[in-house]
Amino acid sequence: MPSTNDWINNPLGVVEEMFGKIQVETLPHDSYNTVPSLNDVPLHYLKPNSLVKFRCLIQDMFDPEFYMGAYDTVDPSTKAKVLRCGKYKDVTECGVDLDSANMVTSERQTFYCVPIPGESPWVKEISSCARVVPSTSYVPSRQKRSYEDDDEDDMDTQPQAQGTPAAAEAQGNGDSKRQETEAPSGQKASSPPLDLNFPLPGEKGPACLVKVYADWDSFKLNDTMEVYGILSVSPALSALSDQSDTSSSLILDPAECMETAEELRVHSPPASLVPRLHLIHTQRLAHNNPLLPPAALEDTLASTLGEMVSVRAELLAYFTQLLLGDVLAAEYLLLHLISNVYARRDVIPLGKFTLNLSGCPATAGPAYTEQLYCALQQLVPSAYRLSMTLQNMNQLRLVPRKDYVANRLLSGALQLAANTSLYLDETQLEQGQLDPAGVRNITALGNVISWQKVDYDFNYHQMEFPSNINVLIASEGRSLLPSDCHVHLQPQVTPPNMEAYLGSALTAQSSSQLNKFRLYLTMARTLDYSISEEVTKAVEDDFVDMRKDDPQSISADDLHSLLGVARLLCLSLGQSALSTDAWSRAKHIETLRKSRSEPQGCLNGNEP
Amino acid sequence: MSSPMSTPGGKRGRPSNPSTPASEAATSPPAQRRRGQPSSNGDLPLMPTSPPTDMPDPLQDTSLFSSPRRSVLPSEVDMSSPLMYGTPSSRVDGTPRSGARGTPARQRPDLGSVRKSKQVDLQSEPVSDILTTMQPAGQRLVIWGTDVNVATCKEKFQRFLQRFIDPSSKEDENSCLDLNEPLYMQKLEEISIVGDPVLNINCGHVSSFDAELYRQLVCYPQEVIPTFDMAVNELFFERFPDSILEHQIQVRPYNALKTRNMRSLNPEDIDQLITISGMVIRTSQLIPEMQEAFFQCAVCAFSARVEVDRGRIAEPAVCRNCNTTHSLALIHNRSMFSDKQMVKIQESPEDMPAGQTPHTTVVYAHNDLVDKVQPGDRINITGIYRAVPMRVNPRQSNVKSVYKTHIDVIHFRKTDEKRLHGQDDENEQRLFTEARVQTLRELAAKPDVYDRLSSALAPSIYEHEDIKKGILLQLFGGTRKDFSQTGRGNFRAEVNILLCGDPGTSKSQLLQYVFNLVPRGQYTSGKGSSAVGLTAYIMKDPETRQTVLQTGALVLSDNGICCIDEFDKMSDSTRSVLHEVMEQQTLSIAKAGIICQLNARTSILAAANPVESQWNPKKTTIENIQLPHTLLSRFDLIFLMLDPQDEAYDRKLAHHLVSLYYQSEEQLEEENLDMAVLKDFIAYARSYIQPKLSEEAGQALIEAYVEMRKVGSGRGMVSAYPRQLESLIRLAEAHAKVRFSDKVETIDVEEAKRLHREALKQSATDPRTGFVDISILTTGMSATARKRKEEITAALKKMLQSRTKTPVMKFQQLFDDLRGQSETAITKDQFEEALKALCDEDYLTISGKTIRLAT
Repeated sequence: MPSTNDWINNPLGVVEEMFGKIQVETLPHDSYNTVPSLNDVPLHYLKPNSLVKFRCLIQDMFDPEFYMGAYDTVDPSTKAKVLRCGKYKDVTECGVDLDSANMVTSERQTFYCVPIPGESPWVKEISSCARVVPSTSYVPSRQKRSYEDDDEDDMDTQPQAQGTPAAAEAQGNGDSKRQETEAPSGQKASSPPLDLNFPLPGEKGPACLVKVYADWDSFKLNDTMEVYGILSVSPALSALSDQSDTSSSLILDPAECMETAEELRVHSPPASLVPRLHLIHTQRLAHNNPLLPPAALEDTLASTLGEMVSVRAELLAYFTQLLLGDVLAAEYLLLHLISNVYARRDVIPLGKFTLNLSGCPATAGPAYTEQLYCALQQLVPSAYRLSMTLQNMNQLRLVPRKDYVANRLLSGALQLAANTSLYLDETQLEQGQLDPAGVRNITALGNVISWQKVDYDFNYHQMEFPSNINVLIASEGRSLLPSDCHVHLQPQVTPPNMEAYLGSALTAQSSSQLNKFRLYLTMARTLDYSISEEVTKAVEDDFVDMRKDDPQSISADDLHSLLGVARLLCLSLGQSALSTDAWSRAKHIETLRKSRSEPQGCLNGNEP
Repeated sequence: MSSPMSTPGGKRGRPSNPSTPASEAATSPPAQRRRGQPSSNGDLPLMPTSPPTDMPDPLQDTSLFSSPRRSVLPSEVDMSSPLMYGTPSSRVDGTPRSGARGTPARQRPDLGSVRKSKQVDLQSEPVSDILTTMQPAGQRLVIWGTDVNVATCKEKFQRFLQRFIDPSSKEDENSCLDLNEPLYMQKLEEISIVGDPVLNINCGHVSSFDAELYRQLVCYPQEVIPTFDMAVNELFFERFPDSILEHQIQVRPYNALKTRNMRSLNPEDIDQLITISGMVIRTSQLIPEMQEAFFQCAVCAFSARVEVDRGRIAEPAVCRNCNTTHSLALIHNRSMFSDKQMVKIQESPEDMPAGQTPHTTVVYAHNDLVDKVQPGDRINITGIYRAVPMRVNPRQSNVKSVYKTHIDVIHFRKTDEKRLHGQDDENEQRLFTEARVQTLRELAAKPDVYDRLSSALAPSIYEHEDIKKGILLQLFGGTRKDFSQTGRGNFRAEVNILLCGDPGTSKSQLLQYVFNLVPRGQYTSGKGSSAVGLTAYIMKDPETRQTVLQTGALVLSDNGICCIDEFDKMSDSTRSVLHEVMEQQTLSIAKAGIICQLNARTSILAAANPVESQWNPKKTTIENIQLPHTLLSRFDLIFLMLDPQDEAYDRKLAHHLVSLYYQSEEQLEEENLDMAVLKDFIAYARSYIQPKLSEEAGQALIEAYVEMRKVGSGRGMVSAYPRQLESLIRLAEAHAKVRFSDKVETIDVEEAKRLHREALKQSATDPRTGFVDISILTTGMSATARKRKEEITAALKKMLQSRTKTPVMKFQQLFDDLRGQSETAITKDQFEEALKALCDEDYLTISGKTIRLAT
């Protein structure tokens, strides 16, 4: 039985050993934490052909490829034939006997994976801390790095001696890693640097080509997962490297010259920039909150369920402070943050809760909305702020589009993982004209909000992909986009210096407090929910009564939103079934909210 | 000469090749095993010394087997020499063009560059299970690595051509042929007349005629198709000895049943004949591919020809004539090239599992198949699936362990070609299994199928039964009728529906649902769409610099449903393009030098909000939604979606909504099933059921129409127009389709009448009188309103006549006077209308604010 160490350092050897015997390549369970992660450790510090893990999102799916599953190699000197396993390899050993009868052609699938878009800094920080650095083999490269890193990294050092370099790395590596990884492409002045196709602008980190050997039909685009695989960075994989020196011979080969240079570039990028990962094990991530590891979900749930009410109160107080003393808005913000599309009934996504926070003080400039976003980013695992300036709306690519020249899916800002918080800052919108692209972008945003779907542009047709994005719209007046719930902010305090006020609110939270909030938000989202028979009856009666008094007061749509609010309210309190108390509380806050927005709502003829 | 060792390992080296009987028991293909047996020399004396009786007859020498066949004496045979195999080769030169009446053979690059397949003497093969398909005695030659015997295969194929009669020919391409005669003989005759030397063979026919032959065709297309070519040419020139063809006939099989979906291609399919469907996304420029290199010696001008073998040319190092080394130079313009084009195809959206991106495949088209398809075409491709190993660097010996795959296309078939000819092609796309058809028929036989289906439609939306029924009938549509011979053109079969009502009554949800249900649906919002977005626009293709027609939503939803939300927010110019679409079902375009008429046989499902955001029950439909009545009259059904406001309804609604939010997994599952069944049901009915009016139904329709006319005539109003009769017919037909009935019967008419009346009751009720008044929809004004207008006009005229002394009056003054006279309130609009009517009568003229009497 191969040890964990063998798996990490020489996985191919382990596979080779197992090959031929009837044995499934399984990873020992205890090794999950000791595997180095591509998210934290820069590529050039990782040993080629070692086992690494990568937390990522499937951005694109390439065509399946056929490879040599098994082949004979001939030793040129002795003529001895050896049967080799071709799995988990990109390049074969020398002297392949192409005509051997033992040759097996197998199929594998390639996914283009990028780090989870919009992942909050705290997630990266915590997950890299949690990692236990493996012993022995890792040391040489680690020490080499420590020398050069220690003087440029003046980040706070962790008490853990072993974890120090990696943790410091994770925080400070952004730039240094970037330089390192971009170096090879920079040298080739002839070709522009490769677009790594991250969904969000300004993202950093490695992209990865993940080769999947089994069960690839179960993967879906935009799935988030943690993959464990064998790292392959052979320079031979790069299409660019051999293009320069062997261009003449390349043209002669009829099979190769058909593909455009662009397509080659995209599908075989330099391995130093986009490493290959041969998948051995995957772990699907329901969420990317490192505080709640999937294995410990049950235990954590049981232990913290009791605390939820108290944490909720604290969080509410914090939000109230952020929202300038508006308790109602704070409550809705909390409900918004735990919303999640849990089911779809024919076309209607259930559980979505788009919040439009209007009345954001505009006098303070973009400071307020920006600070608010910073505060939220500290709480949710992944978030993105889309500033709805006219320029952004007209120029940004929100919807992913298929590029047939390079044969890949060009990513767009709406290609986000499930439960990502999308923060639309409408206060930035100024007067002007939207061009056709801008109109399409606005329509796409509207589709996400109303139907939780994004129609990817495949040029000849569109394809619908379901999404699960929490959209929060901050605006001055009522937003031009639809929303499930509109709250007009009523500030109770008017601090003279908004920036200082919010800044102090932000820094007042200790990291342990923040962790409690983070855990709470993720937990509330994962809870189950049901409605008992009696409560159903009570709700029905209530609805009929309300209609009897004033048919105009409540419509079917109102009942929809009321049921949604009641559900979120229950979850936020850690209850998994609707109670009459929660129902009346939901009714209460809905009434309060409506009384606020009524004078505004009628002015704008938009459908809710 | 390439040795057998160099045949690509893809197929022959594969340890398990399930379709080859030879390899079932053995671990390696027969040929391989044979090479490893040095003792097999001992078997050779078994071989008769004379040429085998069933050797291919001399004619084949003239066509594909270019090298003259030698009768090989056993003593000469060396096991390692390829000479012992017969060599079918399609090489052109070197053979006098004799035999097949001087018709040159043409290279088939689609079958691959490895054309030197060998025949193996099976008799010397020690394993007997290979012989199962063979005749018990006699010399058998099979092509190396396969179990194909050329002579038998040829014979079988000729028998197929001569005898096959298509029992169930429905394809339109065979329409002019006699169904009781052998199909392919007629096609050969066609070739002799038309002179297009291509014979398309439906693999389905082959498989029904001779399953064994079909299996060989699919497994060894590279070997079997040349054999077919030979057989066809033999047969053809025997029959039509005088016909002159450009080159010899090539057989193009299509519709191999093995693979239908790009996603299901796997390593097993390499080197086999496959058929997949997909959409062309890119075509490359034409690539000249060298087939044969021409070398000339610089010293003595001796020339040599070398065939290109798998992309490589073996340059002769020594001139055979003068023995100078390295004196041969390649002469480009005397070399032979063939056309080649790379086509990229992508999975059709229908074939894809949800949540994944479409796969693409590279396809190479050769010779006359080049430029047959354009990006955007939906095609079925039959071809040979290939895989070639990729070399990391030609100079390095280690290879990437990855193969490049492509398909050498043999046959293209456009699936959407027929749409241009105005026929439904949905039945081609959707294949229903027997069992599925059975379940659908069972469902249709149930008496309550209509209610069942309508309740399965958008179950998340509560109530609105009649609206759902209306939409259901719209999904089925009427029967398409063609009156073009009598000059009336096509009758519209599509049902158009307008939903109007209060905001928040789940109109948009209903639209979204329908859009998701139908295969060719489009969803647009009136706010965001322009006239060109709906119809078509001309743009310059960035690559070719040609102007191309880009179709909009209405054209794209041809044969489907176009859902238009926020119909009322559409600009007038946009709406005006709908007039033609909604009645004539075509779109005429005259832009940038392109004048054409496109089919837009689309049903329109539109949703409109009232102008005042809330429906005003005191106003008519027209006044509430402010749409031109010309457009409104084109809708078959106009529904109002209003809150009923009634306690029992509220209770049920609440229950429905609550259960929506909390429902178990199984229930959800069940519902998904329903949607799939519904989809298939509709698709089946649309393509297979074409109901016709029965006698009684016709009578019932007449009665209904007369009745509708009568209702209004009592009050001096017309309450029905021929358009309404057409609507009734369409609805009745759609209802018959729901029942899978080929005849429209009285019950269908009854339901159509009921639904039509319901819709009318809602939309065409005059709020002033409470009567149903169709003229609201047809003229935009209720009869009472029109009467009132006439009254005011008369009063105004009378007033003006009474004061002829002052021919010039102020507008405001006249208005005040008239108001003073009248006992009922007169609005300014009404007054202006009356003035205008008089103006039209040439009784007065209006200039600015002054009114002048005409004298």
